[in-house]
Amino acid sequence: MASSVAEAQQEREELRSMVRGLCEREVPLAQVRRLMETPAGDDPAVWRRLADLDLLGLVVPAEFGGSGGDLLTLVAAAEELGRGLVPGPFLGTVGLAATALQLSEDPAAQQAYLSRLVAGDLRATVVAQDQLGRWAPAAPTTTATSTGDGWALTGTSTHVVDAVGADLLLVAAQAAGGVGVFAVQTGAPGVQVEALSTMDLTRRQGRVVLDGASGVLVGSLDRGREVLERTGDVAVVLLGAMQIGVAQKLLELSVDYAKTRFQFGRPIGGFQGVKHRCADMMVRVEMARSAVLHAAAVADAGGSGLPRAASLAGSTASAAAVRTGSDAIQVHGGIGFTWESPVHLYYKRAVGDAALLGTVADHRDRYASIVLDD
Amino acid sequence: MTVTEPRTVTDVEDLARAVVARVDPTSSSREEFMGACFDAGLAWVHFPVGRGGLGLPGSMQSAADRVLQGAGGPDPFRQNPMGYGMAAPTILGHGSAALQERHLRPLYTAEELWCQLFSEPDAGSDLAGLATRAEKSGDEWIVTGQKVWTSLAHRARFALLLARTDPDLPKHRGLTYFVLDMEDPGVEVRPLRQMTGDAEFNEVYMTQARIPDSHRLGEVGQGWNVAMTTLMNERSAIGGGPAMEDTGPIAQAVSLWRTRPELRSPVLRDRLAALYERSEAIRLTGSRLRGGIGSKGPGAEGTIGKLVNAELNQEIYEFCIDMLGPEGALYGSYDTADETTAATLPLQRAFLRSRANTIEGGTSEVLRNVVAERLLGLPGDARNDKTVPWREVPRG
Ligand SMILES: Cc1cc2nc3c(=O)[nH]c(=O)nc-3n(C[C@H](O)[C@H](O)[C@H](O)COP(=O)(O)OP(=O)(O)OC[C@H]3O[C@@H](n4cnc5c(N)ncnc54)[C@H](O)[C@@H]3O)c2cc1C
Repeated sequence: MASSVAEAQQEREELRSMVRGLCEREVPLAQVRRLMETPAGDDPAVWRRLADLDLLGLVVPAEFGGSGGDLLTLVAAAEELGRGLVPGPFLGTVGLAATALQLSEDPAAQQAYLSRLVAGDLRATVVAQDQLGRWAPAAPTTTATSTGDGWALTGTSTHVVDAVGADLLLVAAQAAGGVGVFAVQTGAPGVQVEALSTMDLTRRQGRVVLDGASGVLVGSLDRGREVLERTGDVAVVLLGAMQIGVAQKLLELSVDYAKTRFQFGRPIGGFQGVKHRCADMMVRVEMARSAVLHAAAVADAGGSGLPRAASLAGSTASAAAVRTGSDAIQVHGGIGFTWESPVHLYYKRAVGDAALLGTVADHRDRYASIVLDD
Repeated sequence: MTVTEPRTVTDVEDLARAVVARVDPTSSSREEFMGACFDAGLAWVHFPVGRGGLGLPGSMQSAADRVLQGAGGPDPFRQNPMGYGMAAPTILGHGSAALQERHLRPLYTAEELWCQLFSEPDAGSDLAGLATRAEKSGDEWIVTGQKVWTSLAHRARFALLLARTDPDLPKHRGLTYFVLDMEDPGVEVRPLRQMTGDAEFNEVYMTQARIPDSHRLGEVGQGWNVAMTTLMNERSAIGGGPAMEDTGPIAQAVSLWRTRPELRSPVLRDRLAALYERSEAIRLTGSRLRGGIGSKGPGAEGTIGKLVNAELNQEIYEFCIDMLGPEGALYGSYDTADETTAATLPLQRAFLRSRANTIEGGTSEVLRNVVAERLLGLPGDARNDKTVPWREVPRG
């Protein structure tokens, strides 16, 4: 037992360094800067590389071309993709869509989409935001009406991560018999996806307007809400892992700078005002990392504790990343405020991600309702 | 069931259950039960066999504790904090076989309590600046000096003593570490009353107290290194925080929340939820770093845990006082309480007690230096006291 835990840990560390190497070689920060100025925002060749290395199918069963691993493993990869600010629809496609498909218990949908998704041939996301962009899987504002042989969907969702460029939307909609997940093709009539202009240029969001769009029910109306809620929780854990990657990088940038920037004849890291800030940054990152790893382990164990653990991970990781970002700017002084410095790129990612799939306040409110409310 | 050579967590649990079955903690004496635990190697599972351990990873200790304490056994740290948490690892790491043989068992059973004679009036954060002198005379040491803030000195049978053996060397190099018998006629203990009304700590005066050379821990002049073992373990012990979900100070705050619905407000709910999250995150961090997963080197978990838990405890009790409103300003009595653990104190007393958390065992400022310098590799403070002989360092 002990040795297999150690082995699994070892394998995760190997995966982590492989992904870090890939990010540094193929999507260095200069490349991220170039891509973030392009309309699409990412490089299809990089997405293909992620697929070739099976990073899109880490937790997808082998029958669909994946490697059937656990969420703890995917978390290690996600942390590195966050650290590298790698643009591309990983959160939407892997974190949300693949998770929803796996949970759907719908063999036809899994057959139709999962292998293509794992192969990098299908970009997808889940649409469960309301008109204000709040993640609302339990009470979708989009409606689905039966057309006899299918469904017609109508409604508007905004701040949908990775909607732009997606081939497939898995839309949460309210039908007469319950909440369902519906597969909608983005090219189809009645489907409109507009790009939003985001603060974080490395992660794209879109507004999805459906006007009688044709949809195919994935799974059943009985389990739709449960699938969507668990999907959201799993994606929150992955998003948290990416936030940890961002925060860790911000910490390292700050510590390196504090060791090499001299003022008053000494490295600024020798002054307690600076070094104590760095110490707090480290402590915060480590605590958030614990919360994310714990949530991943809870998800892997499959119990009912995921909402509590995911809320803790979501609020702790986002709060840590945002605060580490503002601390990093402070440690860097004037340089930290420039476009040229890398700090703002990570900071903006932290701020943008902290508003996706629930804010810190949303997560804390849900945590309170689980641990405190009668 | 007997476990011949325990290797896994399950083995440790089985062993603990066997001890409980043989010596019921609820009906036998503390000495008997704790003695049986020690003899079974469940005192510190990472210690060697015969020394209260099983030679297993320290991360398995919590499995044993869950069974033993779950069956009603006492918490050895609370029984003898300085003995269990600090003296034991220091004696094991630096003491002779004879000292280990003599001290570990009665220390674990809490038949002999311990205290820590480190801090002095002129040497608190700057522990290495201490002045208590130990001079060699034959195969004995003669000790004279004053210690302060010594918790439990009034009940302790033995003390961990750090003293200066060479004032002409730079401060860190002239120190030596001893086990002092508190019954020596040269030792005088005077209680110090603290803001809570209690007197957990004391002043300790040593006047020509005698220590046999065989009670030295580590080499002469190596006291600072030995003291590091004690301090790292001290921080782990007090910084480890509660090992189980929903326990410790946060559980007190939650219980207040549950039992006093008339005092609730949305603002308090938000504060409590945030405190709860931090309690959980630091608890998970403690077990993650203790387990060696993503280890940041020895002592990292203790330093981080001590730093975070100290400030968190204060904020949790501040929350409780705020939630209590006007009632928070009452104080039952300033008489000395017997109980010294916050978990069973009235909230007001626990609130005042928590002010010490960021001072005892290393202040939060010092611990932030430790995190920054040891864990992140940032430069040390500008200092003028490290290379000159101790005699010449300015004091005040
Ligand atoms: C309840 C309690 C129990 C204790 N029990 C024991 C015990 O059993 N045995 C024992 O030996 N000691 C014990 N102590 C003593 C404790 O270890 C010291 O109080 C502590 O190390 C601080 O020393 P000091 O009180 O002299 O404060 P000082 O060191 O004088 O510190 C005063 C202030 O200055 C700050 N400061 C000092 N140096 C620096 C620096 N380099 N950088 C930034 N800020 C700095 C401190 O953080 C603090 O805020 C206990 C203390 C308390 C409160």
